[in-house]
Amino acid sequence: MRRYLLATVSLAAMMSATAAQADSIKVGVLATLEGTYTVLGEDGVRGLKTALGEAGNKAGGKDIEVIIQSTDASPDSAVRGARKLVEQDKVDFVIGPLSGSEGIALRDYAKTQPQTTIINGISGAQETTFVDPAPNFFRFNMDGAQWGAGLGEYVFNEKGWKTVATVAEDYSFAYTNFLGFAHGYCKSGGKIVERQWVPLGTKDFGSIIAALPDDVDAIYLGLGGGDAVNFLNQYQQAGGDANLIGGTIMVDGTVLSSKGEAKKALVGTPSSGPQADTWDDPNWQKFVKSYQDAFPPEKRFPSPSLLATGYYNATSAALQCLGKVNGDLSDGHEGFRGCLASLELNAPNGTIKLDGNRQAIGTNFVTEVVEQDDGTLANKMVAKIEGVTQTLGDDEGEFRKLGLPSRDILKCD
Amino acid sequence: MRSFIDRRPVWSLIIFCGVAFLLWMIFSVWPAWLIDLIGRKKVFLNAVFNGVTLGGLYFLVASGFTLIFGLMRNVNLAHGSLYLLGGYVGYWVASTTGFWLLAFPVAFIVVGAVGVFLQIFVFRRMEGDDLRQTLVTIGISIIMADLMLWAFGGDFYNINPPSWLGGPVETFFVTGVKRSSGDLIFMKYPIVRLVIFAAAVVIGVGMWLLLNRTQIGMLIRAGVDDRDMLAATGARIQLVFVGVFAFGAGLAGLAGVVGGTFQTIAPGEDIRFLLASLVVVIVGGMGSITGAAIGALIIGLAEQIGSVYFPTYAVVLTFLIMVVVLAFRPQGLMGRGG
Repeated sequence: MRRYLLATVSLAAMMSATAAQADSIKVGVLATLEGTYTVLGEDGVRGLKTALGEAGNKAGGKDIEVIIQSTDASPDSAVRGARKLVEQDKVDFVIGPLSGSEGIALRDYAKTQPQTTIINGISGAQETTFVDPAPNFFRFNMDGAQWGAGLGEYVFNEKGWKTVATVAEDYSFAYTNFLGFAHGYCKSGGKIVERQWVPLGTKDFGSIIAALPDDVDAIYLGLGGGDAVNFLNQYQQAGGDANLIGGTIMVDGTVLSSKGEAKKALVGTPSSGPQADTWDDPNWQKFVKSYQDAFPPEKRFPSPSLLATGYYNATSAALQCLGKVNGDLSDGHEGFRGCLASLELNAPNGTIKLDGNRQAIGTNFVTEVVEQDDGTLANKMVAKIEGVTQTLGDDEGEFRKLGLPSRDILKCD
Repeated sequence: MRSFIDRRPVWSLIIFCGVAFLLWMIFSVWPAWLIDLIGRKKVFLNAVFNGVTLGGLYFLVASGFTLIFGLMRNVNLAHGSLYLLGGYVGYWVASTTGFWLLAFPVAFIVVGAVGVFLQIFVFRRMEGDDLRQTLVTIGISIIMADLMLWAFGGDFYNINPPSWLGGPVETFFVTGVKRSSGDLIFMKYPIVRLVIFAAAVVIGVGMWLLLNRTQIGMLIRAGVDDRDMLAATGARIQLVFVGVFAFGAGLAGLAGVVGGTFQTIAPGEDIRFLLASLVVVIVGGMGSITGAAIGALIIGLAEQIGSVYFPTYAVVLTFLIMVVVLAFRPQGLMGRGG
């Protein structure tokens, strides 16, 4: 009797599982919802939900079922999360991850799971799609170096800053982001006279600020999060008044919305990244409104961060392609992947298409920090560079010869 | 002092020469060869100053920690959370009232009250059970961290000092000579850091006086030596315990306001400062206020000098010092043997 009951129950469970398989699509999501990057991961998920909300949670006539898995920005937590989603929950495909080293780990994991597809959230390491890419890993956001495109030319030509010193965090994203800046700056004829690499998580910059040379035109800052806020605070206290140039995460929402006066030191600072908060493009404005309408003001940033935009773009690409194949993934994702590879995504931050390594070619924005009427800070667009490739416009062989981003790459002193 | 020189004449000479050289480096105008060797004097002087002021902040956090341990044998791993709470309370007070100075007493009192609560309702129930107390403090720190994340979010908070404390001030330390005119260049240094350091010194001296020159101090010192015997003499030891825990917690809260003024307050800072105070008291000696001061100074200086002269290994330096101290003097520099 007992055995019979057990058999019935398991049969029923199997039937309901197959039933769910037929009219819904399971999407696994990886985002950093614990640890230092919690706030960033939350905004990524908001971007994803915005895209799903716009599509009414449906694609290709099927319901979308989302399973969100938290990571802590470490590569092993990302792989653990992906294994759970792919091997245990049996999701159809994965959207994520958020941070650079997670992306590299998932590229390697993707190779071991050829039956599934991974669409990158917003992780920006160059290596992920540039070195030994996985055929089922797609990235609709540009990498850290592409986010630096155009900034070097802008500060050299428009601002007339001929020499800079740099202070940046000593890890791969900062190297990559800096490479994008240095690539254009050195080519224009600028000189980078001094580089200081500080450990990630440095909180007291007093001595580093004192060691900055005072005979340069500007200082490039490749810091992020709390380190950036600490630097600005102590820089103000030390009476610093040099021109500043910001890396992409130096001027992002987490720094611009920090509490206190430290961020005011950033007003007028040129920077670059994949979006400009106050861009008047109707497509961008529509996305901002959609994001603002989807969440109450106290549960979101004033306008979407680049993490929200990244997850939004990845999700809308997936939904569009699901629509195109009518939600049918039974061909081993062949049609779905073909669609992703050839998709021209009309994203809020400019048109995005993929190159042969399934890496985004997109638009980069040079911005300046401005104080808005209500006292908050935002990034205002001052220049826009379309069609930024992963090799920053160089011939691929030539770009590869530069080597992977590191402390001393691209010398021009 | 005399007897130390008599006992260790060679060591005394070395220490004397070292101190003299350091003073010379701080006060003289550097000759060209020294600048070629280790860079500009401005950088060195700033590193030393920053190290000392950072040491002041570490001392404020660690002195409460070491005081609580010395008296109650309670390794309070929630000490970092008390620091963070103090920072948030301080931010709230300073930004709503606009008085930066008001943030200090309020943070001290609020966090001190949390300390009283913890001592009366949690630690008193498991007195003498050191391991259990320690484990409970870990639990409390995790719960407090989550509650604060819920209440204040993951944003970075800066407490703004009033405008008369903003910006730098010219000190009387010479950093170089102007090439054109031969005038001396004096070092500029943030006022707020000097004020905070002065406050740390005042608090430190005050604590030393309290412990060594008053009756309450006598009670506390007796309790550190042998609390059972103290209780047997009729002293109201529970009252002393509550007082010391409140004071130690209040100091952590005070330090939170200081930390929020020249660094930032954010989730994760609790663990960083817990770790810093652990390292400081391990180097200085558990339970000793003087030890906490010396340890804080050493760790602060090591961090700052490391960050300019060998940035890549600056993080390791702190732990290297800890390893060396543990290897040669496991009880800490000022700790008592046994």
